[in-house]
Amino acid sequence: MNSLLMLPPFLPLLIGAIFALLLRGQLRNTIMVLTPLVGALNLYGLDSGIFWSLEFMGYELQPVRIDKLSLMFGYLFHIASFIAIIYALHVKDSVQHVASLAYAASAVGAVFAGDLLTLFIFWELLALTSVFLIWARRTKKAYSSGIRYLIIQVLSGVILLAGLLIYAKLNNSLLFNEIGLENQGLAQLSAWLIFIAFGIKCAFPFAHNWLTDSYPEATPTGTIFLASFTTKVAVYALARGFPGTELLVWIGVTMACFPIFFAVIENDLRRVLAYSMINQIGFMVVGIGIGTSVALNGAVAHAFNDVIFKGLLMMTMGAVLHMTGKINGSELGGLYKSMPKTTILCIVGAASISAFPLFSGFVSKSMIMSAAVAEGYDIVWLLLLFAAAGVFHHAGIKIPYFAFFAHDSGIRTTEPPKNMLIAMTLAALACVTIGTFPQYTVYALLPWDASYQPYDLTHVLTQLQLLFFSALAFVWLNLRHMYPPELPSTNLDADWIYRRFMPNIIKRVAATMFNAYSTVEQSAIASIKLMINQSYDSEEARPKGNSARLWPTETMVIWVAVLLATYLVLYYVL
Amino acid sequence: MAEQENSSAFFDKPENIQKLLRVFYVICALLVIVDFVVHRHIYHDWENIPAFYAIYGFIGCVVLVLIAKEMRKFLMRGEDYYDE
Repeated sequence: MNSLLMLPPFLPLLIGAIFALLLRGQLRNTIMVLTPLVGALNLYGLDSGIFWSLEFMGYELQPVRIDKLSLMFGYLFHIASFIAIIYALHVKDSVQHVASLAYAASAVGAVFAGDLLTLFIFWELLALTSVFLIWARRTKKAYSSGIRYLIIQVLSGVILLAGLLIYAKLNNSLLFNEIGLENQGLAQLSAWLIFIAFGIKCAFPFAHNWLTDSYPEATPTGTIFLASFTTKVAVYALARGFPGTELLVWIGVTMACFPIFFAVIENDLRRVLAYSMINQIGFMVVGIGIGTSVALNGAVAHAFNDVIFKGLLMMTMGAVLHMTGKINGSELGGLYKSMPKTTILCIVGAASISAFPLFSGFVSKSMIMSAAVAEGYDIVWLLLLFAAAGVFHHAGIKIPYFAFFAHDSGIRTTEPPKNMLIAMTLAALACVTIGTFPQYTVYALLPWDASYQPYDLTHVLTQLQLLFFSALAFVWLNLRHMYPPELPSTNLDADWIYRRFMPNIIKRVAATMFNAYSTVEQSAIASIKLMINQSYDSEEARPKGNSARLWPTETMVIWVAVLLATYLVLYYVL
Repeated sequence: MAEQENSSAFFDKPENIQKLLRVFYVICALLVIVDFVVHRHIYHDWENIPAFYAIYGFIGCVVLVLIAKEMRKFLMRGEDYYDE
């Protein structure tokens, strides 16, 4: 096919964003829905290879590099934006439409970037475009959350820039291929900088709170876009740059485990999903760290499935928020009566994320688990198994249970707008189709050569045992009244360091400095006043003190004589 | 209207929940029984323990919830903690 007629993969979405800016109403809606379809078609027409390469300051740039890995993410991002655009069609706010399409374009641009400079540009664009989806909520909370989000995201970009500049100088190339963490000297520094930049966007532990902070503050529709792109671009970048880096296994397993504890006690159901997102990314990061073909395939397949099932769960919670104006578990319950369709769609998403057989999570999570056992990571395997049980507990049961069942909150509403229902149905169908026919869907896109069969008796049986007995634990704890109730609360996490601890220190230091300054100022003023008082006699209205005295002429003559005498003596002596 | 809706709702009747739970317990029991009947592949030593996945899943989740409950004691603050 003549690729000259084709567009760079990110361009259709970007043009869509411009249309969204200029047009209104039905016409805009039609064009927005068509945009990802045109983009996907364009992608289909492009052959593997490098396109539009150019030279910049002596370095070769490859703005578009197409291979199996980038294609997989490219298709994923088009599917995700198609679903999310339909979900957001009822929204009248142009800011959100333009931002979301430009954001999707940035994500597509990033995964097709063949060099680090292009990657950096899209990396920063991801941050700049997506922040408007948070600000569009137009609350004070969302505004400050967006600011924190932007600072951290841009920081990640700046670190990437620092890393790539050193990288370019040392390797005389900007091309983005495997980097790895085993280098010497400055090369090691640049590798670590790039690794950290990827890690921040990937929500590594201690750098994860931008996600749990901002995603639940975004608009109901904006969160769907947010949950689809940024972290998955980071997963892609790690898979490209650092496959088989053992450190990633341990980072990943930490990410898979710690958020589930927070998810159990979190009240905001979209924040529960944000924590469970980190948990799912943890699985992917482990897969990348193991680095075998099966593990890497598992990682990207899980990224693919996660975007769809996490999107579905976020959409159902977005629908609840949109219809009731509430999202806290403590305020919801009993919604299955008025939102039965949404309830069923939520359960499909819950079954998918929990990796029930025939649902999408099963076919990808099991690849990573198998790879962990096969490569002898026993502890990792056990911890992942624990995390898998925990996912079912907090995302699979807690989300549907506290939103749609539990005690009746008395809220009576209706199903969300039709476009929302269609989008959720599409995602749910995708979850079931992928889970049931993996060979024809997600496995067909896998970049590395490896054969894997998810459906055998052992896998299905053991997974069902794990899930049913996790559910049994929930039932038992609930019947014994040992399950922690949903409480209106804030739970401290690592963001406490920069939202409370550091500001408090700065406040204290500033207060001390201010006090010290005002003490100095006051004593200076006091001493100046004292000096004035001592040197001016206000009663007689004339200066007083030694320097203000009137001296007799004789005294002056004597002093001049003394001065001359001293001069004479010195003249002879020296 | 709302009253009627409530009384007719499936999950508002304790007997319905009891029925569902009974079905659920039976499935759990069956899954354990099947474990003794069929031969599953063993990839890891621990998998030799009968019904390993069932035990691990149950204990894992109970421990998860109990630890999370304890975490509340020192992590939980008021809803407006960061807005004060």
